[in-house]
Amino acid sequence: MTQLVISGNYAQSYAAKLARVHVVSAYPITPQTAIVEKIAEFVASGALPAEYIKVESEHSAMQACISASALGARTYTATSSQGLLLMHELLHWAAGARTPVVMGVVNRAVAPPWSIWTDHGDTMSQRDTGWIQFYGESNQEVLDTTLMAFRLAEHPEVRLPAMVTEDAFYLSHTVEPVDIPGQDQVDAFLPPRERSSTLEVGKAMRLGSFTGPEHYMEFRHKIAKAMVRTRDVFLEIEDDYARITGRNHGGLLPTYKTDDADTVLVTMGTATTTARGVVDAMRADGHKVGLAKLRTFRPFPVQELRDLATRVDRIGVLDRSFTFGAAGAAFTEVAGALYAAPHHPQLRGFVAGLGGRDITAAMVREALLDLLTRDGPESSWVELKSRTEAS
Amino acid sequence: MARLTIPAQELMRSGHSACPGCGATLVMRYLLKGLGERTIVTVPACCWTVIATPFPTTALDVPMLDCAFEATGASISGLRAAADQLGLKDVTIVGFAGDGGTADIGLQALSGMLERRTDGIYLMYDNEAYMNTGVQRSGATPEGAWTTTTPVDEFSRGKLEPKKDIMAIIAAHNPPYAATVNVAFPEDFVKKVEKAKAIHGPRFFHALAPCPPGWRYSSEKTIEVARLATDTNVFPLYEIVDGVYHITRKLGVAKPVREYLQTQGRFSHLDDAEVAKIQAQVDARWKRLLALEGLA
Repeated sequence: MTQLVISGNYAQSYAAKLARVHVVSAYPITPQTAIVEKIAEFVASGALPAEYIKVESEHSAMQACISASALGARTYTATSSQGLLLMHELLHWAAGARTPVVMGVVNRAVAPPWSIWTDHGDTMSQRDTGWIQFYGESNQEVLDTTLMAFRLAEHPEVRLPAMVTEDAFYLSHTVEPVDIPGQDQVDAFLPPRERSSTLEVGKAMRLGSFTGPEHYMEFRHKIAKAMVRTRDVFLEIEDDYARITGRNHGGLLPTYKTDDADTVLVTMGTATTTARGVVDAMRADGHKVGLAKLRTFRPFPVQELRDLATRVDRIGVLDRSFTFGAAGAAFTEVAGALYAAPHHPQLRGFVAGLGGRDITAAMVREALLDLLTRDGPESSWVELKSRTEAS
Repeated sequence: MARLTIPAQELMRSGHSACPGCGATLVMRYLLKGLGERTIVTVPACCWTVIATPFPTTALDVPMLDCAFEATGASISGLRAAADQLGLKDVTIVGFAGDGGTADIGLQALSGMLERRTDGIYLMYDNEAYMNTGVQRSGATPEGAWTTTTPVDEFSRGKLEPKKDIMAIIAAHNPPYAATVNVAFPEDFVKKVEKAKAIHGPRFFHALAPCPPGWRYSSEKTIEVARLATDTNVFPLYEIVDGVYHITRKLGVAKPVREYLQTQGRFSHLDDAEVAKIQAQVDARWKRLLALEGLA
């Protein structure tokens, strides 16, 4: 093991290299570029003996990964925002064809207006594609989770594609010390992918096919079951990763100071780090507040949230995206998860940090105090500027 | 008797679900005869999605990977990269797409595959419209042809625009090998496939695939119609090897285009002036092809 001071983007690149990916296929988009540039360097120097397909679009990037994966290769790509949206059709395809493609996504707001800055609108709009979704809080977590994502995606009971996201610039372009596991450690954790028996040269087989109403539902149900199974498989994989590297990032919904909390804020990505500091400060003032981080959005940690709901009175959900016509995506999912549970804490949604606006400690503190002291609106946008301020 | 040069091995089975007289089935059959069993086929949305038969069956004796409509070029690149990484060096990767999936929606991915010099074969089977969805015009539909979206009526005379010249687009990418093939000339077809198989890099075939329901002719006439396409110079047979053009079938005097057009209901509305215009265009394209051949 060595420690390097690297960006979240390089954490992705190092993870792909350590995973010994066979095929990388990628198209550049800000702020993802450093990921694929670093991989190009690894390939050019021979450090990573992979095929790097320089495609002419993200759509082709994903198709090339799917086709390579269908033949049995371990594949990786990375993108952001518009690039992810262009892949949309193929994201469904990757899950439907059960190809365990792993992708890094640097969360970036969607145009128009053009924005290269972070929010989760890009990946939230892909939540129904059948991809496993991890949201990273630190560069270390990004690297570790990407390695775990390969093993999870390729697990015979899962066989689903997985994306590991990181907030644009807060992680993608910010350097932090990251422990890089040794190649021997990674090899012990992540053995070579088992060869596909689906597409075998000389064999009459078809992957994809078409089907009438007599089979389609069963194909979908298999994906649904695999996604449910993903939760337990991931927990086993994380335990194994911890055994080898000493690091465990806490499963699907890591919590912070929730044991005696009466009020908990649910966060995603880098806002969690800010919120953790706020929780510490408010604890010092005697407030019983805590945090729960949605590390996965797919599968959604329903069980973990229901456990949490038995212990707390109020849950606030901090969303970095918005589902027009409804509310923040995480808020509606949390509400949906808790409706059928016996305990119903008061729920509030806070939408903040869209298009790269900082989610500040003051903002988080205000939201938590609001949650503690009064019954506010079900869903609110934090610190929206008035028309005069904005212009 | 002529020596039989077409391999006897069949890698496409008779149990498929194409329409009677389908040209696209013959295209697949001859292609696979030329490529042999160490082949992987990738197919986007097109007639062949259906022809290959539904889950859990297949009409091919080689593996077939479905891919997205507009992504065949990328699928070929992905399969090639994986095959190389997994040590399957002797495998031929072939993309098999219709004219809509190639000349229209799939043009970008095809261009990408050619530009990055993927070691694979792309075949466009050209039935000159979106036939799988019911005969809508594509960029490869010839001028004057009736389709469901270019009807013939008081204010419409079929497709107004000329057919997209896919071979010129391919040639602009300068691949090591590109050729036109026609199901009416199987020996020429298979010979070209065998030749292409031995070459590395991106290779392209433009295959004429007559379509009885779409072109509106009786299903037993597919070969007759296909033969006339070449013998009237509507669909000349040629290859481009490293930029050098070579016409592989040349008649002393080509037959009049009218003979080809009158075999098909989709052209039945054309008057003498329209036929003459098409004849002039065919003559001009043939002249240009001869000139390109002369550059060698």
